[in-house]
Order: sequence, then structure tokens, then C-alpha cells
Amino acid sequence: MSAVYGLFPTPEAAQRAVNGLRSAGIGDARITVISSEPFEEHEFAAHDHATWMGWIALGGAIVGLASATWLTRMTELAWPLPTGNMPIVAWWPNLIVMFELTMLGGILAAVGTLLVTVSLMRRPPAFYDPAVADGLILVGVENPPDPSVVERALAAPGVDIRRQ
Amino acid sequence: MSDAAARKISDDLLRPLLRTSWRFYALVAFLGAIVAAGLATWMYQVWMGFGMTGINMPVYWAFYITNFVFWIGISHAGTLISAILRLVNAGWRRPVTRCAEVITAFALMIGAMFPIIHLGRPWLFFWLMPYPSNRMIWPNFRSPLVWDFFAISTYLTGSVLFLVLPMIPDFALVRDRTTGLRRKAYGVLALGWRGTPKQWHRLESAMQIMAIAIIPVAVSVHTIVSFDFSMAPVPMWHSTMFGPYFVAGAIFSGIAGLIIAMAALRRFLHLEEYFHPVHFQNLGKLLLMMSLLWTYFVFAERLTVWYGNESAEVQVLRVTQKGTFAPLYWTMVVCNFVVPFTILSLRRLRTITGCVIASFCVCVGMWLERFLIVVPSLGHKYLPYTWGTYRPRPVEIMITISTFAAMVLLYTLFAKFVPIISVWELKVGEHAVREPQLQHAEHAIGEVRP
Repeated sequence: MSAVYGLFPTPEAAQRAVNGLRSAGIGDARITVISSEPFEEHEFAAHDHATWMGWIALGGAIVGLASATWLTRMTELAWPLPTGNMPIVAWWPNLIVMFELTMLGGILAAVGTLLVTVSLMRRPPAFYDPAVADGLILVGVENPPDPSVVERALAAPGVDIRRQ
Repeated sequence: MSDAAARKISDDLLRPLLRTSWRFYALVAFLGAIVAAGLATWMYQVWMGFGMTGINMPVYWAFYITNFVFWIGISHAGTLISAILRLVNAGWRRPVTRCAEVITAFALMIGAMFPIIHLGRPWLFFWLMPYPSNRMIWPNFRSPLVWDFFAISTYLTGSVLFLVLPMIPDFALVRDRTTGLRRKAYGVLALGWRGTPKQWHRLESAMQIMAIAIIPVAVSVHTIVSFDFSMAPVPMWHSTMFGPYFVAGAIFSGIAGLIIAMAALRRFLHLEEYFHPVHFQNLGKLLLMMSLLWTYFVFAERLTVWYGNESAEVQVLRVTQKGTFAPLYWTMVVCNFVVPFTILSLRRLRTITGCVIASFCVCVGMWLERFLIVVPSLGHKYLPYTWGTYRPRPVEIMITISTFAAMVLLYTLFAKFVPIISVWELKVGEHAVREPQLQHAEHAIGEVRP
């Protein structure tokens, strides 16, 4: 893997660099932006907003509800313990377990979606520079066909251009 | 935000991780010794049997269940408050959320231990779990103890994830600023985090979904803890208001716990620039509101029992207000209402010190409240010949003290290994404050330019 990137001190400078790369004919899908904090209000950070996470969490919640319904009902029918004059399948108490497992299903589905969709736990670490931790914003291109074009597009006064 | 400001935030908040004074080791050794003594005491109780405790007929629930309810209540400090503040996008929440969420995780772990400590044969606690056994004797889902298991497990899982997810970018920050073994360890914890826009968006989405899901779970947990009592036909337990009464009490004690933790962090980790008086002011106002709400619930509960004049319930009312438990009861009223109301309703007294004093009183008062719910009712059930009382023995007292030490120890260790304030969220907060100011300034410049 090779990469050419610049480290920019401000989000405005990073935005100019992204615009420069676009002007040089590099598509958004090829441009990598990395920062130590989210910059929601800047255009360069507005990509990849759409997500199915909410629906997947809802699906997880439905699976949790179905599992809890099956678990409570099946258990009570498999070993019918008369308790406190309640029916064998007692829905009022079962609702408590069903609620908890519904919420647990939703939470686990949301976290699972996060881990999978953003490629966390991927080894080895992808294109990165630890200087990002000092507040700099990395803008670059992974495996550029012509590195000199990227370097020219990123060039700006005081900006550190690096190759990886 | 300027580069220098971002670096200063990182430096300040990572300082406790990178520098260790002898005081840290001394504190850990001291607290560790108390926790070890508590564990040894518990082993002694397991070995010798429950006769070593003061638990006896008719008071079978005492210190342990009091501690269970108290710690589950304290756990409402974090995730619930953090989730609500996150959803309403309260800007002042940023330095507060993580140190609050940590309280939830540790208080839940400690609280969840007490039903196990309270078991005569604790090694059989797994009977609460729905594991597939060859005889299919699975848990009885009509038992409130099983509801506790599911509610606490869900809340603990959700709270730990709610705490850990926003820690990932901070682990990456520590990874990039350290070397050697520390770098490797934080590298593993960072899960390969880079900070691309996609990662930030997904993290925010996950946190929003979890905030929405965790609020009803938090409410359900303490409601279900209250069901342990209100499902039983015991005087002053069998009440429909126990659910909201317990939830209000839990949030009340939780906020008090959070204020104490924040004040300690501010002082010992020198985080004065991040925990401002306004944070204590705002939490102090919340504490005042919860004090009034708690007083309202106590009044409603007591008035209903007194007016109903049912003999067994009135007897419990009498022993708590005028009888043997009266000193504890009136101490509770002073700690939960008189002191917080006096201090927190006067702006002049609502300082950091004032909030901490009120919070200490509330923690004491809420522990007493839990004790007064459990013991007097069990000691005065319907038939007078079964009446009795309870006196704690050294075993329960030592285990109780050691759980408080365990809480402080876990919190201290956490603050040593993880930034106790979310670094990236704080930077976003600073950024969010600065952006409108910049836009306003640019707009103003634009207006005067030709």
C-alpha cells in the first residue's frame, strides 16, 4: 500500500486540500480524511452519513423480542411450575424479560453494526499517521496512480506533504 | 479550535495516564487492603455459614439487600443522566459524561454482587441463568429475582458499551502519544480506530441509538428492583408507587454520587479548567429538584399509609417515625431534604463545597432510606408474635465498608488508565463554541465591508 497525504492544521485548510484534489480529477471515494475529532459542520466530513444502523438495531430488537418470547413460553411449558396461582404461561411477568431482551437485542445490533461497517478490529492498521493525535487533519490518497498530481493538489504554504 | 488548544486539552487529560505519583500507589494499597479484608470476610461467611451475620428470623433481608438497592440506585448517576444530556444535546455535559458513566458500570457490578453474597450457597447463583441443563429446570420467570438478573445484565451490558464506545477514539489518541508496551496495549484497545468521517458518523449514530435504548432500560432496572419488594404482601412494601419512588430515589442518590466523584477528580487530578463551577451549579439544581421529588414521594407514601390506618402498616409507620428506628428516620429526612434544600436553594451556598456537602448528606440519607424500607417492614409483619429486629454483626459491616472502598479503588484505577474526560468530545465542544463566534465575527466583518 502506498499513499500521499498532507497534514493540515485547520479544517478550513483541509477543506481547501479536498477541493484541490477534486479539481485534480480525484473522486471523493479515493480521498481519505482523518481527524482526531469530528468536523460535522465542514463539507469534507459530510460523506458517508447515510446508514442502516437504526433499522438494523430495530431488527436486533425484534430478534431479542422473539427470542425472549420463545425462551419464557418454552421454559414454562417444558417445566410447568404452579407459582402464586398464576397461569403456567404468565404473560405479565414474561413481559419484563421480553422487554429487557428486546432492548438488549437493539443495543447489541447497533454496536455490531458499528464494528462491522467501520472496519474496526481490522489488522494490520490501514493508512494512518500518528500526527493526527496532535490535532492535525490528514488529507490524502491511497495508492495514487500519479503521486506527483496528488502532491501538487495538496501543496499549500506550511503544509507537510508525506509519502507512505 | 487552534492546534495549541487541542494539544493542551490532550496534554491535560492524558497527564494522569502518563505520570504516576507515590500517592496513587499509597491510595491503591490502602483501598486494596480494605477490599482484601472484605473478600476475606465474605470467605469467612461462606465457610462458617449465615449464622455469622445478624440476619435472622424475621429479618432475612438486611444490610446486603440495603447495599444492593443502594448501589443499583447509585448506578443511575451515569448512563441515565449521560444519555438524557446527550439526547438533549446539552453542551455542558461533555466533561461530565464519562466520569458519570464509569460510576454506572462499577456501581452495577458492586450492586449485582450483593444478591450473590446474600445467597446461602453462592456457588449456585448460576441457577438464575437460563442455561440449557439436561433436566430443563430453567429459571422461574415469575420470580422477581430472575427479573433482576435480566434487568441488571441488560443494563450492565448496555452501560459498559455506552461507556466503552466513545473511549475508542481516546484510546487511539493515547496509542499515538505513547511508546512501547503502553502503545501496544492502547493499540489493541483502539481497535484500529483512525478517525475517518465514516467512523465518526457511525460512532455518533451508535451513541444516539444506545442513548435512546438505555433510558427506558435504566428506568426499568430500578422499577424491577422495587418489584422485589412491592410484589410481596409485606406492610408498606405492597405499593403501586414503589416503581417511580425507587427510580426517583436512584436518580437522586446517583446525582449525589456524581457530584462527589467530580469534585474529587477536580481536586486530585487538577482538572479545574474542565470541571467548572457551572457544572456543579447545574447538577446542584438537579439534585435540589430530585430532593423535592423524593420528599413528595415520601409524603405521599406516608400520608396514604397513615390515612388508610391498616394496623400492620401503621405499626411500621410508628416504629420508623416514633419508635426504635426514629433516629435513623429523622436523620434520613435531614440528610435528604433539610440539608440539600437549605444549601442548594440558596445561590450563595450552591458552591462546589456546598454541593459536595449536600451530596454526602444525600448519600448517607439514601442509604438509610434503603435500610428503612427493608428492615422495619420485615421486622413488623402481620402477626405480632413474629416481630423482631436486626442488629448488624462485624461481617456485614466489614463487607459493606469494603464495597465502598472497592468503588473508590475501581474508580481510581479507571482514572489512571483511561482519560476520565472524553478528549474528543471536549474538543468538539470547544469547537462548537468557537464556530458560531467565528461565523458571527465573519458576518459582522462582511456587514461593514463595502
